[in-house]
Formats: sequence, C-alpha cells, structure tokens
Amino acid sequence: MGNCAISIKSLEKNFQHKQVIAPLSLDIPTGQLMGLLGPSGCGKTTLIKMIMGMLKPDNGSIQVLDLVVPHKQLLNDIGYMAQSDALYTDLTGEENLHFFAKLYSLSKAERMKRVDYAASLVRLTDDLQLKVMNYSGGMKRRLSLAIALIQNPKLLILDEPTVGIDPVLKKEIWQELIRLKEEEQKTILVTTHAMDEAEKCDQLAMLRSGHIIAQGTPQELKEHYQAKDFDEVFLKAGGDVR
Amino acid sequence: MRIAAIVTRIIQQMKRDKRTLALLFLAPLLVLSLMYFIFNSNGASVTLVVSNAPAPLIDKLKNADFTIIEDDHFTKKQLQNKEYDGWLAISLNERKLTLLNDDPSRAKALTMQLAQILQPTQASTGSLETDYVYGDENTAIFDIFSPMLIGFFVFFFVFLITGIALLKERTSGTLERLLATPIKRSEIVAGYMVGYGLFAFLQTIIIVLFGIYVLDIVHVGSIWLVLLINIVVALVSLSLGALLSSFAASEFQMMQFIPLVIVPQVFFSGIFPLDSMAEWLQNIGRIMPLYYAADALNGVMYKGYSFNDILVNLSILTCFAIVFITLNIISLKKYRSL
Repeated sequence: MGNCAISIKSLEKNFQHKQVIAPLSLDIPTGQLMGLLGPSGCGKTTLIKMIMGMLKPDNGSIQVLDLVVPHKQLLNDIGYMAQSDALYTDLTGEENLHFFAKLYSLSKAERMKRVDYAASLVRLTDDLQLKVMNYSGGMKRRLSLAIALIQNPKLLILDEPTVGIDPVLKKEIWQELIRLKEEEQKTILVTTHAMDEAEKCDQLAMLRSGHIIAQGTPQELKEHYQAKDFDEVFLKAGGDVR
Repeated sequence: MRIAAIVTRIIQQMKRDKRTLALLFLAPLLVLSLMYFIFNSNGASVTLVVSNAPAPLIDKLKNADFTIIEDDHFTKKQLQNKEYDGWLAISLNERKLTLLNDDPSRAKALTMQLAQILQPTQASTGSLETDYVYGDENTAIFDIFSPMLIGFFVFFFVFLITGIALLKERTSGTLERLLATPIKRSEIVAGYMVGYGLFAFLQTIIIVLFGIYVLDIVHVGSIWLVLLINIVVALVSLSLGALLSSFAASEFQMMQFIPLVIVPQVFFSGIFPLDSMAEWLQNIGRIMPLYYAADALNGVMYKGYSFNDILVNLSILTCFAIVFITLNIISLKKYRSL
C-alpha cells in the first residue's frame, strides 16, 4: 500500500449546473486521522459519497487503498457512517448490528464477537434489546458508529459522527477513534463543523464552497493564519476565497 | 447468506407490524366477502319448473336445494309471467333449459348447478340447450369476475405493502446504507422478493382458500393452478411495487400510483366485456399484467382449464416479473454504480 489511503485527483461534481465540488485534489495519508472541516453545505457529504462510490464524479478520479473507486473490495474495507442515521427503527439495536454484520459475511462466532465489541465501544450493551425507535438521538448516532465498525474495516469514513452526542460521550468516542488509529493503524476520515474536534485531528482539510481552502496539521493552520483557535482560522481562511 | 439476512430482517419487521399484517391477510377477505354478498345475493332458493323429467332426476334436483314445480304443459310465456327462475323441459332426444335471467347471478348459479347435476348422463342424452327470457349467456356476474377478484386482491395488497416498505427504506436512508456494504444489487432485490414473497404467498393461500371454501366461489379447475397463478401474480406486483417506489418521494406519492396503475387494470380484467371494446382499447389491456392474470384465473376456475391452457398467460406474467425485477436491479444503480 502506498502512503496515501485516499488519493483524490481533480475531482469535480455539479448538481444541475451548480458546482458543488470544484476541481479538488486531496491526499489522505495512511494511518492518520484526517478531519474534513467546513460549514454546512460546503460539499463535505458530497465528497464523502463520491469517495464511497455512491455518487459518480463528473470529472477526476479517486483511489482508495490503491483501488480505483468504485471497487467491490472497498465496500468491505471501508466502515461508513452516514450523516443521517440509517437504522431499522422497528428492529432492536442488536438485530440491526447482526443484520449489518451478516452483510459482511462474517462467521457466526466472529459476528457475535464483533457485535459485542462494537456495542460495548459505544456503551450500548445494556440497550441492545430495545427497539431503535425508543432510542434517543445520541443513542442512534452511537449505534450508527457501532455499525460502521462492525466488520473491522481498515478505513473509517464518518460523516459528522458526534452530532447530537453529549460532551462526555463525545470525548470517549474521540478517544476511541484515536486508539483505533494508533493501536490498530486505521485510517480515519471524519467530517465535522465543530471546531473543538478539529484540534484532535492529525491533518485538517478545510472545505468551503467545494474548494479546499487550507490544509495541514492543526498547529500549522493556526500558525499560518495567526489565529488563537479554529473559529478564527475558519473566518480568516474563508475570507480569502471571497 | 446476504439474501437470508434481508429475508430474516423483513420477517422480523413484519412480525412487529401487526396492522400491516392485518391489512395483508384480513382486508382482502373482508372486501371479498362484501363483494360476494353484494353481487351474489341469491340466498333464496331457486325455483325450477320441470317438464317430463324422470323421477330420479327430480330427486337429485330436490337434493340440490331447488324448489321444483312439475308441470308437463308449461310455456315460456308462463315462465315470464310467474317469474320462476327457470324451466327445464325434457323430451326424448333433447333437454331444453329456459332461464328467466332477470338476475344474472341467479341464472348463472342455476346453470352451474344444473350442469353439475346433469353431467353424468349428458353423453347419452345429448346436449343441454339453453334459452333466455331476458339477456343472454354473456351477462356478467360475480361468478365470472370473482376469480379475477382474487387475483386483483393479491396484486393490490402486495403492491401496496412492498411499495411502501421499500419506499420507507429509501427515504430513511437505510437502502443507501445497505449499498455501502458489499451486498450485490441483485441480492437486495432477491432478498426483497423472497422476504415479501413469503408473506404474499401466505396471503395468496388464505385468499384462495377463503374464496373457494368459505365464499364458495365457483372453481371447476385445479386449486393448485389457482395458487400457482396467484403466486406469479404476487411476484409481478411485488416487483412492480418495488420498482414504482423508486419514482415516489413519499408514501402519499406511492398512493398516487393506485389510480394510475391499479384502477385501469381492473377495467381490463374481465368485469367489463373486452370483446365489445374498440380494437385499440383492447390492445391497451394487453400491456397490463392483470389482464393475463384474470384470463388465466377465469380459465381455471370457471372453465376448468388445465395447465397447458394457461401456459401462455403464465409465461407472459413471468416475463412481466422478470422485466420488473431486472429494472429494479438497474434502478438501484442510482445509489451505487457497482
């Protein structure tokens, strides 16, 4: 495997003549926690969907784990958490986990192990027998995250994983993400518009109106824009585009 | 394996949705019963005048719940005046049945029953000639369109339930999430076909058995053929419902397909005589699955067709299902190109 888990080259996407992703190139190094930062509507989710192979780019190409998107193998290697919780609300949490585990063709023993692991990771073990329709917003988010981890993927793509999750759990989830990166050498791509989360990433890419307006480590970005925190970085960086 | 995962999930979901289950299994029975009572209100016994009949035949007729009046010098005029249901005149080499036919359902019931009673001896005595006071033999009644009704209910309810279930999966994002896993598009469609197909199969069995044994809908042919036709119908409607759900953005929009897709099919499936329609209108009927379903069901239940007689209809229905299933698999490309 090369140095880059994800390599995007001059990617372009329009929706009904409106440019959502301007020609954009981005490399995400293997084994790093990459934050994709940007306000709502800047094209984060569109970019993520194209990386997942769920949207077809108008131009350009994407390579993930040295395979050209779309590729069947990648669906096994990427753990995906969508922005909106896509859960079967009339099933229990456990049934949801098992259902998705089966789709990855895990053996029964392995499935049990992974379901237990993923559920305990997001502290849902005690609520697994509840129907998802009785879950709170945060619990649903956690279940979605557990599903993204179910097949033990090499690459995690999480679209706003901590929306609606309380600060304590949010901290725990970030700790776990960092642990996954460090101990299990996973590459993680996270989108967020929460600036406090940006600090925790190894690398940041700032997206605005389909352009990458800045890229680097959190420290680099702050120095470059001579800002105290990321709210300021963002305001200053955004100003350049206009 | 993945197909099985989807099937298991569908069964879990359906088992928890008691109302949908009730809609699937009980609503058709309720509507079918209502239609039966509305169209088939011949509860009163049928009065038949018999001329020159041998005693054994009269006994047989009485056993079959006919009210028998024996009159060897009866006329068609008298039948009309007294409003008896029918007059069976037997002479040496022919048997002549005159029907009042003021209520086609009674006349039809009478003919059917009589045909069954007279059948064993028919070969030796020549055919039964039928004459009508009012109307003719083409008068449509419940018996003729009840086979089609069975097919219609299977089609309608299966269409509705799969259409909405798959729509829910589209709008809630779970379909998209599903396609972010290594599942094949064909596996999703197969999972849906098998999962909801199981429920459609159960529903079909219940409707057919209820129609035949409780409502006593005429069935001359094999009940297995009736089941077979209905299962194919269920598959067609399953795949069509799934396909159309991709063109609907909400449950309400799914409902809007009912007047567009379901109701027109009813017009072409045998309630109204097709022969008298303009050629172009008849051709419209030929693009509708229910047209073939009704033809096959009617053939088996009313005319006693065998498997070979309905083979063409069954093949056409199967083609519909295959086309819809293929289109379903293609339409999922919207979410993932693989």
